[in-house]
Amino acid sequence: MSASPEMLWLLVVIIGLVTYALRLSFIAAAGSVELPLVVRRALRFVPVAVLSAMIAPALVHLEASMQLNWDSPRLLAGLVAIVIAWRTGSMLATIAGGMVALWVLQALFA
Amino acid sequence: MSLSSEPIRSSRSSAFLRGAVATLPLLVGAAPFGLVYGALATGVGLSPALVQAMSAIVFAGSAQFVIVQMLEQSTPLLVILLTATIINLRHVLYSASIAPFIVHLGHRWKGGLAYLLTDEAYAIGVTHYQRQPEALYRHWYLAGAGLALWSTWQASTAAGIVLGYALPADWSLDFAIVLTFIALLVPAVRDRLSGEVALVAGLTAVLVTALPLNLGLLVATLVGIVVGMSFDRKQPSACFRDQALERGPL
Repeated sequence: MSASPEMLWLLVVIIGLVTYALRLSFIAAAGSVELPLVVRRALRFVPVAVLSAMIAPALVHLEASMQLNWDSPRLLAGLVAIVIAWRTGSMLATIAGGMVALWVLQALFA
Repeated sequence: MSLSSEPIRSSRSSAFLRGAVATLPLLVGAAPFGLVYGALATGVGLSPALVQAMSAIVFAGSAQFVIVQMLEQSTPLLVILLTATIINLRHVLYSASIAPFIVHLGHRWKGGLAYLLTDEAYAIGVTHYQRQPEALYRHWYLAGAGLALWSTWQASTAAGIVLGYALPADWSLDFAIVLTFIALLVPAVRDRLSGEVALVAGLTAVLVTALPLNLGLLVATLVGIVVGMSFDRKQPSACFRDQALERGPL
């Protein structure tokens, strides 16, 4: 982490203000403004796109030889977690199962 | 006999309490999320005061996780701000959807309810507004739901900070952030198109990891959204209750 504590606090306060402004936006506008259709259509895909874009690079690396590291413990543990999340829908089970899978695989690969 | 034909006798405090009680099933999901957030944010070296303050100031779980992860990767602060803004843009939907119901309230009420407008509070609140068109004190119900979530979020963050100091550093706990995202993503993929958006965004993110400033996340997200919109045949609705519920904790 390279940022100074002061900058970190400033970042948190600014993001907090932005988030509050987003939550207040239409409430403050007193219902006199309509949300554009294109925005409503786009926002539907934000969670899925953001989450997937965060997850994938943490599991798979593209190496200089343009090869994917299919055998990494993190990728396999991630796949285990995806199955657990799909079958149970439980956040705790997903985290616990994924961590245990990672530790076991790291021990096996080491 | 319908419920709405009953005489309205609920007071403010009982509306507030009923709102809080209605969130109980969702608190079960929010509390572990806050716990994990507090532990991981402390684990990457953020001060306890900042970790707790972020839960109070930002009060948006998935954005808080992304901020922590990007800070750990020494991402430029401006990129973090941009990314967090995109993740929190969905609150504009909730704001637009709830606004007509609370248009008659004063500034203080509006300001307070806006602060408490998380995914869950919105989902619980808008359901109540639609099902009980004649009930008085519906804003007290929304406030009860919002404050129950707020208290749970602050308390579980605090517990997570304590836990973060107890956990050894060599347990690869940064991976738990990824697992949290997986637990959020999997239930959100509920049709073919959202699955395709997830695949495209994920693949793009892997291909553009070489982009400077950690901008790959933004690029991959935008590519995913554009692909989704290009193939979307659904009419967007004015109520986002299901969407907000499926999103899970905050």
